[in-house]
Amino acid sequence: MKNYETVIGLEVHVELATKTKIFCSCSTAFGGAPNTHTCPVCIGMPGSLPVLNKQVVEYAMAVGLATNCEITQYNKFDRKNYFYPDNPQNYQISQLYLPICRNGKVEIETEGGKKLVGIHEIHMEEDAGKLIHDEHGDVSLVDFNRSGVPLIEIVSEPDMRSADEVIAYLEKLRLIIQYLGASDCKLNEGSMRADVNLSVREAGATEFGTRTEMKNLNSFRAIARAIENETERQIDLLEAGKEVIQETRRWDDNKEYSYAMRSKEDAQDYRYFPEPDLVPVIISDEWLSEVKSRQPEFRDEKKARYVSEYKIPEYDADIITLSKKMADIFEAATAICGNPKKVSNWLMVETMRLLKENGMDADDIKFSPENLAKLVKLTDDGVINSSVAKEVFEQIFKEDIDPEKYVEEKGLKMDNDEEGLKATLEEIVANNPQSVSDYKAGKEKAIGFLVGQAMKATKGKANPGIVNKLLKEILDR
Amino acid sequence: MANIISDETIEYVGILAKLDLSDEEKEAAKKDMGSMLDYIDKLNELDTTGVEPMSHVFPVNNVFREDIVTNGDDRDNILKNAPSSREGSFVVPRTVD
Amino acid sequence: MDLMSLTAVELGKKIKAGEVTVAQAAFAALDRIEETDGELNCYVTVADREKVLKNAEAVQKRIDSGELTGPLAGVPVAIKDNMCTEGMLTTCSSKILSNFYPTYTAEAVLNLERAGAVIIGKTNMDEFAMGSTTETSAYGATRNPWNKDHVPGGSSGGSCAAVAAKECSYALGSDTGGSIRQPSSFCGVTGIKPTYGTVSRYGLIAYGSSLDQIGPVAKDVTDCAVILEAIASHDPKDSTSVKRESYDFTSALVNEVKGMRIGIPKTYFGDGLDREVADAVMSAANVLREKGAVIEEFDLGLVDYAIPAYYVIASAEASSNLARFDGVKYGYRTESCDGLHHMYKKTRSEGFGPEVKRRIMLGSFVLSSGYYDAYYLKALRTKALIKKEFDRAFEKYDVILGPAAPTTAPRLGESLQEPIKMYLGDIYTISVNLAGLPGITVPCGMDSKGLPIGLQLIGDCFKENNIIRAAYTFEQSKKE
Repeated sequence: MKNYETVIGLEVHVELATKTKIFCSCSTAFGGAPNTHTCPVCIGMPGSLPVLNKQVVEYAMAVGLATNCEITQYNKFDRKNYFYPDNPQNYQISQLYLPICRNGKVEIETEGGKKLVGIHEIHMEEDAGKLIHDEHGDVSLVDFNRSGVPLIEIVSEPDMRSADEVIAYLEKLRLIIQYLGASDCKLNEGSMRADVNLSVREAGATEFGTRTEMKNLNSFRAIARAIENETERQIDLLEAGKEVIQETRRWDDNKEYSYAMRSKEDAQDYRYFPEPDLVPVIISDEWLSEVKSRQPEFRDEKKARYVSEYKIPEYDADIITLSKKMADIFEAATAICGNPKKVSNWLMVETMRLLKENGMDADDIKFSPENLAKLVKLTDDGVINSSVAKEVFEQIFKEDIDPEKYVEEKGLKMDNDEEGLKATLEEIVANNPQSVSDYKAGKEKAIGFLVGQAMKATKGKANPGIVNKLLKEILDR
Repeated sequence: MANIISDETIEYVGILAKLDLSDEEKEAAKKDMGSMLDYIDKLNELDTTGVEPMSHVFPVNNVFREDIVTNGDDRDNILKNAPSSREGSFVVPRTVD
Repeated sequence: MDLMSLTAVELGKKIKAGEVTVAQAAFAALDRIEETDGELNCYVTVADREKVLKNAEAVQKRIDSGELTGPLAGVPVAIKDNMCTEGMLTTCSSKILSNFYPTYTAEAVLNLERAGAVIIGKTNMDEFAMGSTTETSAYGATRNPWNKDHVPGGSSGGSCAAVAAKECSYALGSDTGGSIRQPSSFCGVTGIKPTYGTVSRYGLIAYGSSLDQIGPVAKDVTDCAVILEAIASHDPKDSTSVKRESYDFTSALVNEVKGMRIGIPKTYFGDGLDREVADAVMSAANVLREKGAVIEEFDLGLVDYAIPAYYVIASAEASSNLARFDGVKYGYRTESCDGLHHMYKKTRSEGFGPEVKRRIMLGSFVLSSGYYDAYYLKALRTKALIKKEFDRAFEKYDVILGPAAPTTAPRLGESLQEPIKMYLGDIYTISVNLAGLPGITVPCGMDSKGLPIGLQLIGDCFKENNIIRAAYTFEQSKKE
């Protein structure tokens, strides 16, 4: 079999985190009973007209700048005409002819090294409503709450060659956009959606093969599987002497296969023409400079600053800055308790562990930097020991409890009472002759068992340092 | 008639416009479109090289809204004219996805 | 005293002076409608008497308290049925909206309500404003009050006929290719299409978005200027709404045209123009000349290209604007269907009339893949050239004068047979919409059949005051 290369381009739709929709003042808040965030504009009532949300333009500019795009200083909207029930006007207002950003690039890093992925263009458009298929009847239910939510569509050049590169690209985009606060970019919630355009060609060929478009990819896993599956499918076709048909395919992650979404009823002829109800957007040099000046510190800069300013290891800074939320918590907690190393430890070890266990993203962190800072202070001040601290942290993670109050209520303060402890230890030594003789025989480690017993007896509240010290005193007597 | 409109074209346009025409209507449509396009072909007499297509007559630009929520729950009104609705949603014949 | 023979301003004065109550005025209109509209069919919907009474009483209170002091307070108005009126049936004279009750009111109409207008009904029109005779209405044609075998013109035929028949004191119409000016001409009334962007389009059910404007239809120029002042506003809900420096149109009601430069396009007076119409228009020009205007003929180019450019642009925009009528969210839905796409097709095929379908198909075609450049972009380039042509003309002239239509009102049933011929009737009005200019029609005579002839005056953009002054002067001269 010949050697094939997979060529991949991505169309990523991102729901912007504005308070209102792109063309009307309805709320974009998630949830809400069907059609409770709607108005004549976003359900396409006759006579209604769109008015552009300025914040959408600024977010689009910000994302464009952060991805090294040229900002199209004279840009306009166009209508994309097609019939579908989630599209109230049966046209979508988008940008085809003069999108707001063009010719950008982002750098991604995979095991194979660093590379640049080109961004063909970024444009603003409106989202469609939601269709829910009714199990019982032959009907679908339409909810227009999402209709009109602002989107930016980021179209890449076909520069990616593997699932790894695709995922690295998506993670890079997500990081940039989250840092801008422009969106929370959650694949599984639909605030970030990726359509994969894929073709194959013989290694070394210069022409592109026929590409297909794949939709309904709701997780990185689905994306990776879909890419693998489609690559195989196309190669199989070519090897069998058949042609790849240009089509849109829907990925079914449960069944791990895709099928063509062909429809006789849809000509896919969108008849784009300039939107007559909206006027052009002219971005002056001043406006552009102003948006540029408001760009935040992005991940790479922040990482470097954490290393130099907080003196934490690069490895730690790398992990903490993967999520702006986590980075923000780090900085805020450190500002309160003044112990960056401890704060970073809590984030990197316990937080990451609990996130993984609960299938959560860093953005889902519910606890506040204030409470984390308090916890650090409690351990720094020797009020609680490390194993108690771990317990308390779990509660902070789950419910953002105030650790000071919690420790008080549950009586978890480290027991520094040496006299009482001595008595307990005497008892333990008396009850464990084997360990004692082991220790005396030179096995230093045998003391560990005794320490463990002591911690058990004191319900974990003893100060391990003191336990050790006193035990040794007793044993060495 | 210089512009002869084929059956395929009428079918195609019917799909784009979501219109179902009877055979009679289709014949009339072919004729009508043909003569309208013949008439529109007159534009080819006009030399428009180098002329920018003009969408908007006046140079009005940058009309924006602030990002402030001013609309609330207007569902009752939104559904008032719905041909079919259920539990707050519009009902349509099943879409094939 | 026949209240319905008064102009809107005259009636407004009487109401203000307490000689007439708002309710009396409203019922005078409703009574007249009962008498004559059965035959004329100007109205799709006549407001419910009870509701009108309630409304009239509320307005009366506001007048009595001194809150409403404007010239239109309490005067009954008819609204063309393509403007949304909350709680009142709004059909665009189409079957597909035969059951549509908007949940909001168009901004222009709201402006009138704020001024104390009393809405007494929604007037008949060509379906979705597509037509020049009001014969494409799904609710029957409207008849010309001057001769009931003739059309009133279109698409604002209902509004113009209602004013002519005194079934309202004034009306609102809309104009995309001449739909206020041409029927005003056929019905012997006065109508204005303002500069694009002057009156908010919010709530006007769109036909050709880049061309549509709402405007007044009334008995005289004074009324039209007063109404225009009331309805014009900068509306943040309409992105194409222009913030004008001044919304004063009544200061232009001056009987004076000395030194005004008026141009008459030679090309307008070609073969297609009816002799009697030409004579009446030239007589009107002479009147203005005698009053001191400087009048000369000139070459206005590109006149022949306006109509094809218009039909490409308007039908393209319409094909998209009308896509929303699909039986999902409002309006008519077909009774039985076999799946979603069948529902779309059946609903639309049953709900739209033939002229609407014709234009939707043409519009979809000219935008479709492969044809966009040749048709749509070509039309937009032509539009740019037409605008330039007018810009050139307005460097030399303050006002352009000509007929509003090449003929007087045709007989019912004649026009729809030959659509192209019907489209050609828009020759004098259409380019004005393409260039976004203001235009006014004033009656300037009758033909030998007893049908009205209209004079059209076109102004440079934002120069309504020039055409209002010229029209007013001409109108006043007829009284001398």
